[in-house]
Amino acid sequence: MTALEPAPAVTGVHGVTRADVEDFLYAEAELLDAWELDTWIALFTADCRYVVPCNDTPEGDPTRDLVLIDDNALRLRSRVERLNSRKAHREYPHSTTSHQVSNVRLRPVEGEELPVVAEFTVWRFRGERSTTYVGRYAYRLRVVDGHLRIAAKRATLAMGSLRQVADVAIIL
Amino acid sequence: MRRPVGNRAVFMVRNKAGEVKVFHNSCSHRGAVVCRKDSGNAKVFQCFYHAWSFDTDGKLVGVPDREAYGDGLDFGALGLRPVARVESYRGFVFLSYDPDIMGLVDYLAGAAEYLDLVVDATGDAEIIRGTNEYAIDANWKLLAENSIDGYHAVPTHDTYFKYLVSLGTDLSGGVAGTAKSLGNGHAVLEYAAPWGRPVAKWEPLFGEDSREEIGRLRADLVDKYGEARARRMADTNRNMLIYPNLVINDIMAITVRTFMPTSADRMEVTAWELAPRDELPQLRQRRLDSFLTFLGPGGFATPDDIEALESCQQGFHSGGLEWNDLSRGMARDPLANDEEQMRAFWRQWNSQVTGGAR
Repeated sequence: MTALEPAPAVTGVHGVTRADVEDFLYAEAELLDAWELDTWIALFTADCRYVVPCNDTPEGDPTRDLVLIDDNALRLRSRVERLNSRKAHREYPHSTTSHQVSNVRLRPVEGEELPVVAEFTVWRFRGERSTTYVGRYAYRLRVVDGHLRIAAKRATLAMGSLRQVADVAIIL
Repeated sequence: MRRPVGNRAVFMVRNKAGEVKVFHNSCSHRGAVVCRKDSGNAKVFQCFYHAWSFDTDGKLVGVPDREAYGDGLDFGALGLRPVARVESYRGFVFLSYDPDIMGLVDYLAGAAEYLDLVVDATGDAEIIRGTNEYAIDANWKLLAENSIDGYHAVPTHDTYFKYLVSLGTDLSGGVAGTAKSLGNGHAVLEYAAPWGRPVAKWEPLFGEDSREEIGRLRADLVDKYGEARARRMADTNRNMLIYPNLVINDIMAITVRTFMPTSADRMEVTAWELAPRDELPQLRQRRLDSFLTFLGPGGFATPDDIEALESCQQGFHSGGLEWNDLSRGMARDPLANDEEQMRAFWRQWNSQVTGGAR
């Protein structure tokens, strides 16, 4: 990747520091807030998964339980294509968002994957309305060609329901 | 299980005999809520305020320092208040706060037959874990319309149909079918399914390995219900509104959706997914995928419905329009993308609100 490469080069998953991960997650947040979704999706591996469970089933397993979002790479690409189009009526024009990532914690490496947990707050401003998504990210990161990549991203909402935010039309 | 129904706190419990009971969630002593979890198991509901307790029949069974009352406390009269009317049909529990309302089967009128169709085709059914609980800043009647509106699908849900086509679904067959009133404000669209159905219409998206299973499901339906009814169960979609606020969409997945007004311009929506309990994992996966991508608030379609309804609310609020136009299809036998089904809803609503038809 070019100047947009949003993370420092790393040599292997074992040498990754919290600062590396923080830089990477902050860069991801910046891409989402800039609606640079074509660049953002390049952060994911070819076998990635992006999951948002239902509010009342935070441990929900997408193979068995209903979830809010369960994207593999193909569906994530479709989601990005949708959000890039003028026909995603809920997000056209786009909301202004602010993805805030904190409490970043690295878990012990498992195989070639680094599990990472972080808290998030995502503000969404559209028209006169402001809504806030709060929850916890669980990432599984890999090193591909010397750069961190997302093999899995799970955003578990802390809110008891979606009543205050209406929907999950944006990417968390 | 507890939830607000019509903005009132109620809870439902099975008593020892297995009967469904629904109570106003309020202690007969000083009013506090006695069921404080959304779901779970309990033999006794104890109010935390003064520790009065009630059994699953709502009977008062425990009062601390009871001797303070002497013989003056009538345990029989101080049970939890049951909701005025509760009846169930094919596993769906309905309640009414009107003690004089007609019986449920009479109330359901023509909708009962469609519930039968959905439930019979599903067999041993369950509500899948995971609830969609969202809200729309619009009048609730706009969602009653939207849920049975075939006309909006193409312009509103362009990105969803593009997604389906990208997966290889052939939508060229369209949605040929009819719309009809089922009596008492209930209405349904029924049309040839433009996509596969886990029960029991195969399409390439389901994968070659599930072709046989879907064929078997279909053969079972033919055995049980005959060719004509089985074909209807397998090959047609149904979007049904049970007046005033229950929607059963039997499409590529089955949604059970209720919506409650919390004010004139806001509603709360709750939706569940109904499915056969012992479904093959790849069919269950496809059903889950279909539900969350089309019907869920994180999918490729429902957010655009929310936008549409909020947009209508803002538009109507501007004050330029006095009436919604629902005349589509009045000049012909109503098709699935006409508006007879919405007129059925509004006729009933109007009759109830004004006390007579107009």
